Amino acid sequence: MEEVADTKARKGGARLCSLCDQRRAALKRPKTLEQICRECFYKVFEEEIHQVIVDNQLFKPVERVAIGASGGKDSTVLAYVLSELNRRHNYGLDLFLLSVDEGITGYRDDSLETVKRNEIQYGLPLKIVSYKDLYGWTMDEIVKMIGLKNNCTFCGVFVALDRGAALLKVDKVATGHNAGIYSPNAYRGFAREFIKDLERIRPRAILDIIKSGENFKISTNTKMPEQRTCERCGYISSQKWCKACVLLEGLNRGLPKLGIGQSRGLDNDGRKEVKHSNGTKNIESKQCGTLDF
Amino acid sequence: MACNSSSCQSNCYKNDEEYAEDSPSLTDRKLSTSTNGQQNLCVKCKANQPISSASAGAGAGADDAHFCYGCFRRNLYGKFRLSVTSYSMITPSDNVLVAFSGGPASSVALQFVHEMQHRAQKNFDASKDRSLPVFGVGVAFIDESAVYPDASEKVDDAIREMKLVVSKLTPPMKQLHVFPIENIYTSDSIEGKDRLTKLLDAVNDATGKEDLLLHLRMLALQKVASENGYNRLILGSCTSRIACHVLAATVKGQGYSLSADIQYVDARWDIPVVLPLRDCTAQELNLLCRIDGLKTLQLPNSPPAGINGLVSSFVTLLQEENPSRECTIVRTAGKLTPFHFNRIPEISDCTVPLATRRRQKRYNLKPMESMSSESFCPLCNSPLSNSDLSSSNKPESCQSSRFGGACCSSCRFQILPKDSSSMEHFYLSLPQQMVARVKHGSCDNSSMLRQQIQDCLLSDSEDET
Repeated sequence: MEEVADTKARKGGARLCSLCDQRRAALKRPKTLEQICRECFYKVFEEEIHQVIVDNQLFKPVERVAIGASGGKDSTVLAYVLSELNRRHNYGLDLFLLSVDEGITGYRDDSLETVKRNEIQYGLPLKIVSYKDLYGWTMDEIVKMIGLKNNCTFCGVFVALDRGAALLKVDKVATGHNAGIYSPNAYRGFAREFIKDLERIRPRAILDIIKSGENFKISTNTKMPEQRTCERCGYISSQKWCKACVLLEGLNRGLPKLGIGQSRGLDNDGRKEVKHSNGTKNIESKQCGTLDF
Repeated sequence: MACNSSSCQSNCYKNDEEYAEDSPSLTDRKLSTSTNGQQNLCVKCKANQPISSASAGAGAGADDAHFCYGCFRRNLYGKFRLSVTSYSMITPSDNVLVAFSGGPASSVALQFVHEMQHRAQKNFDASKDRSLPVFGVGVAFIDESAVYPDASEKVDDAIREMKLVVSKLTPPMKQLHVFPIENIYTSDSIEGKDRLTKLLDAVNDATGKEDLLLHLRMLALQKVASENGYNRLILGSCTSRIACHVLAATVKGQGYSLSADIQYVDARWDIPVVLPLRDCTAQELNLLCRIDGLKTLQLPNSPPAGINGLVSSFVTLLQEENPSRECTIVRTAGKLTPFHFNRIPEISDCTVPLATRRRQKRYNLKPMESMSSESFCPLCNSPLSNSDLSSSNKPESCQSSRFGGACCSSCRFQILPKDSSSMEHFYLSLPQQMVARVKHGSCDNSSMLRQQIQDCLLSDSEDET
């Protein structure tokens, strides 16, 4: 957005689009640094996404695909492009919008309105899954229980897009993740700012980060988390119980702090595992909150 | 985290062991608190006052403040010594050169190396057979006043200070080599200065300019070391510095070569480079300098610009929020596979005393998984990935574009000038060592190799018939 305004202001319509050479260039693409017009941008952008879908065989015909929709720009663009390409190239997909309602008063309301607008605009049915439906708790109720500290852990772990999709028997979920998001970094708040600053200094930096990530040769004796299934809900997990089940268990037992804080590798400590699988002992010792996973 | 309330009736399995562990120290602490009348004691020796309360409000680092001065210093020196011995960075017959900028990290590096040498000297004097010689130590300062002309007076002052600092570190005597950076060209400093300015001016990107200067500095250090007969180069790079490098290199797209730069040993250079302070954080080093009264000099180098500046302020921010972040970054990056040159090469020279060789062998035996790489970027000397190589194999007509083609993609983007005429100027202003890297580089090697085995190769036409 800024770039569009910026380039317009700088030159009074002197330069032409470097692709069609007819219309006035409206923006400078950060990815390629080409100056192109609005129409060509749409064309190239949509064609690139089509190419990615075809090259990686992302979809098969008659699949039921949920589009993760938050109401933000990424997912709005995604909803538009997918419905457009589905029509244009006959993917034969059964598309619908999927939104998650965390149950935070005053947070999702607006964006849900936007999603509802998208529903009408692109003619895609909309399904809303709430934390209340999935877990029996809204975020507001969780905050009331645990206070303002650590509540982000719940929201983060309960990220419901995939579970909601599983609930609705969906084949695939499409999300608006893009180069700006996939740059690896876990220190969310600061990192977001940092990545934005980087992009301002050097637009290519984001792509370079991804390139670096692809070139990392990780030593073979590094222990990588394994994918397994949670013994409670059967959903994918890296541990015996998935984090959502642990947190949920804590909430339902009135021990909201359960599962937050230092985790002490369950698998490394055989003794502890025995204790946990032993039902009665488990309940006995829960009182003191030592049961961190 | 066992229950603290005595009323808890559940059979907490952890209780017994935790109380067994905790209670003596708890009572200890209580006892000493009552006898000394002080709030807290060093977490290690539990006898002395920790630094934080001794130098009240001196801004001691949060983590180190729990130690008393003695324990803190022993801990830091221990980390240094552990990396020196476990990677056989310094063996008795070595002659090491410490890169000294006057900053806290290199001051500590010099101080610790001196202490180690001093001890070795004592052992040597006391031993009967004198089979293990004492390693030699020299100090190198790279004078960059050619790059920052306004600061030349301050640099002169700094050099005077340094001479004083180094002269105090005796016995044994250490030589200080002051090396103007323009001397990487020739000994004619006027011409060198001119070419250096031209070279740096040709680079547009602020980050690229900074990184190029860093590569030139390494070139200068290597030159000092090889001209004066040193066989190790010691840098004061600390955890904080390496953490910044990890992120910056990632951002610059150097994911492939990153692991080469962050190991304890880097022997891709003629003179192997070692980083004995790799496990110490900048906060610890600053604290030691302050308490020990080590003279540090603030040279008026411009603060890091562009990507490097952004990354270092980001890391500082993370570190403030959680004091172990820098270590976490470096530890995570340590999971990348190192390269084959990330260890000290075995001594095969028979003139080196047997005792030394045996000692080195003992420490150098640790098996290590590594990647091999034959071709390096002529600018930054980082190993080239396959994608870099495949894009550089195009035959180029003129020398400057051939040079450009041999560089890694990161240098190509941020250092090399884009248009061909300024590229030509850039190429002509490069120091000979960098230009030579391409000539001896893989392209020529493989074509020479091809010529040698030409007779044994089947040509395409023969194949078809």
